[in-house]
Parts: sequence; structure tokens; C-alpha cells
Amino acid sequence: MTAIHAPRILRPHPLPAALLVLLCLLCLPGRPAAAATPFDQGITLLAARDFQSKAQAIDLLADSGDTRARSILTALLAGRLFHVKKTGALVLAEKQGRAYRITGALSGTAEGTVRKRALRKVTINNRLRRHIKAVLARLDLTDPDPAVRLAAVNAMLSTLDPGSIGLLTKLRAGEQDPRVRDALATAIAIGGLRSSDSRTRLDALAGLDGNLNPAVRNELVQLIADEQDEAVRSRARATLASIETRIAWSGLAETLFFGLSTGSVLVLAAIGLAITFGVIGVINMAHGELIMLGAYTSYVLQQLLPGSVGLALLLSVPVAFLVSGGVGIVIEKTVIRFLYGRPLETLLATFGISLILQQAVRTIFSPLNRSVASPAWMSGMIQVNPVLSLTMNRLTILAFTALVFSGLYWIMKKSAMGLQVRAVAQNRAMARAMGVRAARVDALTFGLGSGIAGMAGVALSQLTNVGPNLGQAYIIDSFLVVVFGGVGNLWGTLLGGLTLGVANKFMEPWTGAVLAKIMILVFIILFIQKRPSGLFPQKGRAEA
Amino acid sequence: MIRAALFSKDTGGGILLILLLLAAVLVPAANLALDPGSPLYVSTYTMALVGKYLCYALLAISVDLVWGYLGILTLGHGAFFALGGYAMGMYLMRQIGPRGVYGNPLLPDFMVFLNWHHLPWFWHGFNWFWFAALMVVLVPGLLALTFGWFTFRSRVGGVYLSIMTQALTYALMLAFFRNEMGFGGNNGLTDFKDILGFPLQADTTRAGLFTASALALAGGYLACRFITASRLGRVCRAIRDQEDRVRFLGYRVENAKLWVFTFSAMLAGIAGALYVPQVGIINPTEFSPLASIEIVIWVAVGGRSTLYGAVVGALMVNYAKSFLTAAMPDAWLFCLGGLFVLVTLFLPDGVVGLLRRRTRRTGPRPDILPAAPGEETP
Repeated sequence: MTAIHAPRILRPHPLPAALLVLLCLLCLPGRPAAAATPFDQGITLLAARDFQSKAQAIDLLADSGDTRARSILTALLAGRLFHVKKTGALVLAEKQGRAYRITGALSGTAEGTVRKRALRKVTINNRLRRHIKAVLARLDLTDPDPAVRLAAVNAMLSTLDPGSIGLLTKLRAGEQDPRVRDALATAIAIGGLRSSDSRTRLDALAGLDGNLNPAVRNELVQLIADEQDEAVRSRARATLASIETRIAWSGLAETLFFGLSTGSVLVLAAIGLAITFGVIGVINMAHGELIMLGAYTSYVLQQLLPGSVGLALLLSVPVAFLVSGGVGIVIEKTVIRFLYGRPLETLLATFGISLILQQAVRTIFSPLNRSVASPAWMSGMIQVNPVLSLTMNRLTILAFTALVFSGLYWIMKKSAMGLQVRAVAQNRAMARAMGVRAARVDALTFGLGSGIAGMAGVALSQLTNVGPNLGQAYIIDSFLVVVFGGVGNLWGTLLGGLTLGVANKFMEPWTGAVLAKIMILVFIILFIQKRPSGLFPQKGRAEA
Repeated sequence: MIRAALFSKDTGGGILLILLLLAAVLVPAANLALDPGSPLYVSTYTMALVGKYLCYALLAISVDLVWGYLGILTLGHGAFFALGGYAMGMYLMRQIGPRGVYGNPLLPDFMVFLNWHHLPWFWHGFNWFWFAALMVVLVPGLLALTFGWFTFRSRVGGVYLSIMTQALTYALMLAFFRNEMGFGGNNGLTDFKDILGFPLQADTTRAGLFTASALALAGGYLACRFITASRLGRVCRAIRDQEDRVRFLGYRVENAKLWVFTFSAMLAGIAGALYVPQVGIINPTEFSPLASIEIVIWVAVGGRSTLYGAVVGALMVNYAKSFLTAAMPDAWLFCLGGLFVLVTLFLPDGVVGLLRRRTRRTGPRPDILPAAPGEETP
């Protein structure tokens, strides 16, 4: 009977259709209490042609509490809800080439693909669209996932009316999640600001002190402009001031964070240099190119392991250490060894090496910049409050710097090699007399410093593009850090790098990036007037 | 006595001066008087190229004066060269007058393009040649004086000083790249029309510039030679070899360093001023650290602390650069890098030192002591 009736009902006269379907369903045997639930009523009403019935259907679905209602309404909004012409079944359809792949809207099971002609779209108009959106938002407010609830509350801020405030107040009583509770309170308070009673407005203001939600700020500015009652207005001004103060503090914290992360990159770049310069008194102008080699190592590893970005990055830390450290040892053995005691000549020779390395990379990898992808756990950010968020990649690099620094500190202070390195740095002749193989220590120190440059390169590859000129940009800054912090002192380098990074970021807003750099340079020139050996002068007999 | 010291024991310098004077007369003559078909004809292109090399040579001498005789490895002399060049470039810009693309009688093209309406205060006066010429020496000189006053007084030396000079030129490069500085941003100053009323494209003007460069080089050489042969020169060499001892003997080391450094910067400024009209452009890349450190390698290749060695090195390396960048562009940086390594390792006295060893085969040169005894060489 249905097989005969349904198609005919669906085709010609829409107005009584809903009633007829209802009747049909009521008559059907084997579908116990089908028409009883509001969900099924809604589904049936959707088949109607007139928008009035559809609106009713939407409300019925929304209030049904059925878990399927959400997906059906979303599909309806997106225009993906269809009836199969022949059977009248409600399906979700996904366009695939020229055909449609359909899924039963009620059963959720895939039902293969059909051609467009076999389907009829459930049409909606703009009013219905708005209606569905509002209904969905309301559904979201009671969603089991707190994140969805939170988003729903925030989405409602612009369309608050007395009715929705009543709903929100009711919801707040039953809410468990503290963040959603806060958001609800903010929404209710904003609603209170729009109330016509000045007493209510004052009460609402009291709840908004220091609230960082941008909607609150806009609302307050609006209120101060329109408000008639002097008491409310002055209270609103005070509230706004308290919010502005918190925003200023958050801005300060953000600048500090950016400065620290810039500084930590500087520390990574400079610390290898500090070791080689401090221990063997050698300026390694090729240090920047060793950083660049490390960055290219992470690029190459990522090309070799295309599927696993994270693994490639983790692997490239030790590999870059070995590559750059190895190149460093080769440089030491072939060139620098013959120039000890002649620092200016070493400077020139290593500059030559830097040119050769740059050109070699340019010839092998092309002069174009390459980008290195970031793994998923390094992208994204941590939202501290609505105006302050910390990006994950910079946080990771901060942590990486701390790790490298403490590792290096341990090597220099606790290991046998570190002891020998410090002995040679303090008094080479005496160390040799005590049986330290100074030449070997020199090579190892140089290798260590170079290896750290390689690891710095891996970190840099996550912040900027990798290119042959990558190292040049960092070499002068690194030297300034070493000069500022004091030669051969790890703490000095750490403090120097972080200070310069933070100072740079704090000056940038009013002077611009270039002028900030120039001012820092001038500052350092003046600084070494007072402290020619940097923040922490090296204690030892040997001249660096 | 000074005159005796000036010319005695200076065969190399003598030869250089004679060659320079000959070139100053003969090259322009060969360009202007000879028929282009003649085998001895020197094309205008070649003359401009050699003229450029002569400016580089003057710059190299100024570096040799501070590095070879004072022991200051300057990695920022390109900054003084470029500042001199910019001063001359500003004069040449003002000479364009209303002949620019926008035809503005007062403002250079790039200022019209940036929508400026007034000439910045530091551009005033550059329409007079004498003022520009003064600035060519004063600006680099003042910068060197200020920088030196701060650094030498606090006894910053050795590699520290080298890095500071490099940072100085790097900072200036960043500054000059900005459009707001009022020096044409990264395009720099170009499109010059004439100098002192003579059109820059004319062969006669080119010849005049060549002669001026050769004479300036000769004059610069003589001035440096005068300094190094004087008492000040001997103090300088003593500072280079044992700075502390000189200080203990009661000399004001800072003053000697400061004045020689400033003089050298002025010389570099003059070289830049002669360079710009011959090349036709000045832009911030002249400030780049690489450009400055290249000067040092000219001096090292030629042989430091001989002055004429710097000239030889500048001519040789720049000829090789012109040749290689045209023939094998990729190979040039390999060669330059290799030069740095090989010269410092195997040729500490440069080409001139090699020749001297060949001809004399007797003891060490009188004016070069072995490397300062610091740490032992393992």
C-alpha cells in the first residue's frame, strides 16, 4: 500500500501532503508508536512543500532530543538533505562526480549512489536558514562537549535578547564546566547592560571587571557613549579602565614572550660561538654557515622521510649535530690548527670557508629558499586569555634552547671533557704540562661548538625558510651576544642573548625593526666602554 | 730627513708612482687621440673599468694603512667608501636639476616618487661642488672619529674591534636600505647627468675622471707613505707589534690610532667619491659586510704593510673578479673563499712578499716583525 501511495503523495499537491503522510503512517502496521515521537513527526513534516510546515518540522526535530536531529538539521542547512523520489526516504547526499552518494538520514547506513534525477532536494529559504542556525546554536548550548557549548555561548553574544538570557540563566545553574560557566556569566552580564533598568545595569557592570572578552569591551564603549545615568556611566568607565589595564599587561606579556623566543634563537646561535671563541680564542666566521648546514640537514631529512614530519625533525637534531660538528672538525684540522695565535688571520680564513660553504649549498640545492614543514605538535597555540596566545613553535624552541643549554652546561661543568676544556682555556701551557692533550681538546671543542650551531639550524628551520644566506643574518647578532655577555661564559651568553632579544622586541613598536637594531648596536658600543669584557668577564690567565 | 725616508728603500713604491703617472697621461691620450682601429687604442669601457680599479686600489691603501701598520683589522671600511660615494652621488643628483623623469627642478626623482614636498635638511648645500667635496672627507672622517673615540679609548682591540667595525657597516646598510632615510632606499642614487658642467657620458669627461683617479691614488700613496715614514708611523708599527709596551713607554696609543684611523677613513671617502661618477650608481650594497671584507683580501693577496702591495692586490683580485663573474659566475665565490684560506695559510706576505723573497733571498724584511708572540702554535 505504501509502495503505491507514497510516490503519488510526494508528487502533486503539497498542501495536504503532510496530513496524508501522517495518516498513512498512523495506519501502517509494524511501525509501533511511530507517529508518537516529535522526531518522527518532524521528519514527516519535512516532506511538506510549504515553508511554514518546514519551520514547524525544524522545531519538532530540535526539541526531540534525538541524537540524529543535529546531523539532519546541519545537512538541511548545507543543502545536502534529499528525498528519494521513488521511495520517499529521507537521505543525506554527497555529490560525487555526476552522481550522488546517499546515506539514510535515519539509519545512517550507506545506500550506494544514485543519479540526480532520482532525488528531490528539501528546499529552504533565507528565513528558514536563520531559523536553523538559531536552533542549532541552541542545540549546541546543550551539547555534551564543553568546547561546543563554549563556542555556542560566544556565538550568541551578538544576538542576545531577553528570551535567550532567560535560557542562559537556566543553563548556568546546571553547568559543570567552569569555563562555560564564565562565558555564560559574561553573556548574562552583557544582556544585563542592555536592560532598561539602571540598577540591573550597575549590577551587570560589577560582574564585568577585568573581563577580556572583546565583546564586553565593545559593549562598554557603546554604553559609555549612550548612557544617561551618571552613576552607571562612571562605573562603566572604571570597568573599562580595569579591562584596558589587563589588556596592557597581556600585551606586555606577549612582547616579553616574543622577546624571549627571539632571544632564545640568538642564544642557540651564539652559544656555540661563545665556546669556540672563549676556549680557543678563535673567531669562527663560518659559524653562520654551520647553522645553515644544520637547517639544510633538517630539510634533507624531511625530503627523505616525506610521510613523517615529526620523526624527521626529531632525527634531524642529532644528525645536524653530527653533520655540522663533523664539518667543524674538518675545518679545525685543515685550516684553523695552523693559525692558532693569529686570531685576525683565522677570522679571514674562516670567512673564506663561509663563502665556499655558501656557494657549495647554492650549487647543490639551488639559490632558492626552501621551506621546512612543522609537525602537528609544533603548530597551533596556547590561548592564555582572549588577548594573549603563545604559539607552540616558539614555545618548543624556548624549551629546546633550555635543553641544549643545560646539556652544554652539564658537559662543561661535570664531564671529564669539560674539565679539560676549561683547563686549556684558563692556562694552556699548564694544562699541557698536566697531560691534557690540548690539540685534541681544541678539535673537540670546535666540533662541539659547531655541532650546537647545527642544532640551532634545525630550530631556525622551524621559524624561517632555509636558504644559502640563512647564516649570514645571524652571525653579526651572535657576535654581539658574545661580546655583550662576556667571552667564554655560558651564563653570560644566555643572559646576553635573552636581554638583546627582549630589548629588540620592546623597542620595535616605537622605532621599527631596523632602528631598533641600530640602537642596540650603539648601546653595545657604549656598553663595552664601561665593561670591556662583557657582562661576565672571563676569569683566567690567558687572554682570549 | 723625511724626504730621504720617503723614497729610500721603496723600489716598489717608486715603480708604482711612475706607472701611475704614465697611466694618468697615456691612457686618456690613447683613448682620445688614437683612432679606434689602432692597436694601441684604449676603449672607453676599458678606461672606465681600470679607473674603477684605481679607486678600489686607493681604498685598499687606506685599509692597508690601518691593518698593515696599526694592526687594526677593519671589516667596515666599505662604510667610509660608501659614505664618500653617497656625498658625491648627492652632488650629482642635484646637478640633474629639472632633467629628471618627473622634471621636478628641486627634488630628485625618488623623492617625487615617495611624494615628498621638501628637500630634507641634509640635502641642502650639495648643489655646490665645494660643499660636496668637503662632505666627501668630513662625513667619513667624523664617523671614524666618533667610532674610534669610543672604541680605542675603551681599549677594544683585536677581533672585538673587527666585529664592531663589521657591525657598524651592517647597521649602516640596514639604515640606507630604508626609503625614509632619504637616500633613495635600495635603488640608491643613479641616472647622473653631468659633473662640474661636463656631461658624464662624454669620453673627455671619462678621461678626466681616469686621470683624477690615477693622481688621487698617487697622492694617497704618497700621503700614506709620508705617515708611515714619519715618527707617527714608527709609533704605529710599535703599537701593532706590542701595544702595551708602547703605552708603558708613555705614548698615547689611543690618539695615534684615532688620527690614523680617521685619516684612512677620509682616504676611503675620496676613493668612493671618485668611484661613483665612473660607475654611475651608488646603492646600499656598498655597505654590505662582504664588500668590506673583500677589501681586506685585496690587501692580503697583494701583501700587507707595503702600501703598494695593496694596489697590486686590488688590481689583481678585481681583474680576476671581472673575468670570472662573466666567464663562470658560480666559480667566483669558490675562488674568493679559496683565496682567503690559501693566502692566510701559505702566503702571509702576499704576492709582493713572494717576489721580494725571490729577489733578495736575505733575512726578514725590516718593516715586518714575525707574528706577535702570543700563544704558542701547536
